[in-house]
Amino acid sequence: VTVHSEAAPQLEREHALGLLHEMLRIRRFEEKAAELYSLGKIRGFLHLYIGEEASAVGVMQTLEAQDAIVATYRDHGHALARGLPMGALMAEMYGKANGCSRGRGGSMHFFDASRRFYGGYGIVGGGLPIAVGLALADKLQGRRHVTACFFGEGAAAEGEFHESLNLAALWRLPVLFLCENNLYAMGTALDRSEAQPDIHVHAQSYSVPGEVVDGMDVLAVEEAAARLARWVRAGEGPQFLELRTYRFRAHSMADPDLYRTKEEIARWQLRDPVATFIERLQAEGLLAEADLDALEAEVAAEIAEAVAVAESGPWEPVESLTTDVTGPQ
Amino acid sequence: MTYREAVRQGLREALADDPRVFFMGEDIGPYGGAFAVSMGLLEEFGPERVRDTPLSESAFVGAGIGAALAGLRPIVEVMTVNFSLLALDQVVNNAAALRYMSGGQLHVPLVVRMATGGGRQLAAQHAHSLEVWYAHVPGVKAVAPATVADARSMLLRAVEDEDPVFVFEHATLYPREGELEDGDLPLGRAVVRRAGTDVTLISYGGTLWKAVEAAEKLSAEGIEAEVVDLRSLRPLDVETVLGSVAKTHRLVVADEGWRTGSIAGELGMQVVERGFDLLDWPPQRVCSAEVPMPYAKHLEDAALPSVERIVAAAKETLA
Repeated sequence: VTVHSEAAPQLEREHALGLLHEMLRIRRFEEKAAELYSLGKIRGFLHLYIGEEASAVGVMQTLEAQDAIVATYRDHGHALARGLPMGALMAEMYGKANGCSRGRGGSMHFFDASRRFYGGYGIVGGGLPIAVGLALADKLQGRRHVTACFFGEGAAAEGEFHESLNLAALWRLPVLFLCENNLYAMGTALDRSEAQPDIHVHAQSYSVPGEVVDGMDVLAVEEAAARLARWVRAGEGPQFLELRTYRFRAHSMADPDLYRTKEEIARWQLRDPVATFIERLQAEGLLAEADLDALEAEVAAEIAEAVAVAESGPWEPVESLTTDVTGPQ
Repeated sequence: MTYREAVRQGLREALADDPRVFFMGEDIGPYGGAFAVSMGLLEEFGPERVRDTPLSESAFVGAGIGAALAGLRPIVEVMTVNFSLLALDQVVNNAAALRYMSGGQLHVPLVVRMATGGGRQLAAQHAHSLEVWYAHVPGVKAVAPATVADARSMLLRAVEDEDPVFVFEHATLYPREGELEDGDLPLGRAVVRRAGTDVTLISYGGTLWKAVEAAEKLSAEGIEAEVVDLRSLRPLDVETVLGSVAKTHRLVVADEGWRTGSIAGELGMQVVERGFDLLDWPPQRVCSAEVPMPYAKHLEDAALPSVERIVAAAKETLA
């Protein structure tokens, strides 16, 4: 019996619709966030994940409730796929007290301790050592949990990436490293910043098994992540998955996107993870027009409710400005 | 008992008393620690709980933060404060920020110990006193035990704390002998080490003993100095300092950090803000010269705060 079957798995309808639903939730949520940003409801930095939805959704399918997640400043997709309530995320971007970080984090810093969602990290590479420590704690306490650590390919240029891979491998820690390679570190193309642009090769140099998956294909992501997560959970040490993907929007709302051609973006949009998955499901007869309409309607209602939660949420009183800097003294 | 043995005793008690505690850092295992603090702990507690790390300050300090988030009580040793700069990203952006940034959902009960300070002719990359950089950051605590008793008890208090605590051990203190009586002072409290009436000398860590020696010299000349050991650099116990200044009306701060942006500067300003009327003379400070630490003995001596400079500063306030 081989663990890795090349044959396309039989696609189960309910599961497929679930994947599509999750990707649509992220896509539409972020489209709404961009709209609210231009209205001034959301401020600060807003980094959209549009185009990369298959990565978070595919990986999150394989995780269990007690697994830990570390994400980056581009964290909306991971938070939604992990099950953080949409209203709490929208409220956080509004800066409201009912936000998932009580208005202290904003778009880049979603947290939910109850779901072991250990946050969006704003310093490139800064989350990797945290993931190593979470996994170390799980291992020392004999818990068979996986720490899923998301980061972009830009992190591979940081020392913390190399230190963390080495440490995780040296101590055989249960970390699933997930490199979302969208080809641009802000505006710097991968081949202009990395002497070795195949990021998974870096992992192999630390004896961390590394492989590449099409990050625009949610089923391929799910299959690869599930397989690697099984190894991690079995105590085989860290694994590394490079997800080749692309963001359709600019780095952030502040980015005029001058470093990519329209043709390049258009080429990648042909591989839109949501649109191609819809086409596939339709071709296989798993998704009727009415199914899609129903999903879209469900997502629209959830977003409307999330906006209402954010709009009606209270502001954190200024008197609490200095609470939670340290614990009770 | 020596200061070194007292730190080791604290580590041993912390490891023995709480299964959540583990200890990691560079060369703390078979080598026994760069300052021989952890000698024997690997044999006593095993390699799971006494872990040698690679030379990856950012990764192992960050891993300490992650392990603390997941319910453990890590104690991390960084060889020196100069090396700790490689981990400052993890300290400032993660350890200090996570409780606040998560809206109070997370906390980081982490202890990081490191050697600090000059006096051993180690030049400009092993001998600075950068405690104030940590004391600047909301969300962490920074402490500097000066006595043998504090070396043990402050470490144990730090391990019990729910927030990240950075413990600065002045490298010249490790061989210092003292009594290991049980300290029961809270972590953030300053303490009067020598009572006096004429001038208040504030110090901490390795420089405290220069202030004590200065007080003895002053006493021989009929000047009774009160010596206050800050112990904690964040939070700063300004109340205890003001209590002493209320008696003496004169203040000298001896601090091995560079003068600009120093603990001494912060403390002097707080005393002026809150106790201006108590002062009969402008607060004085004795700090390190504003140079990267030199190697040659006579130059290093000239760069560091000295007993003579503390005595002179105290007399200045009584002029």
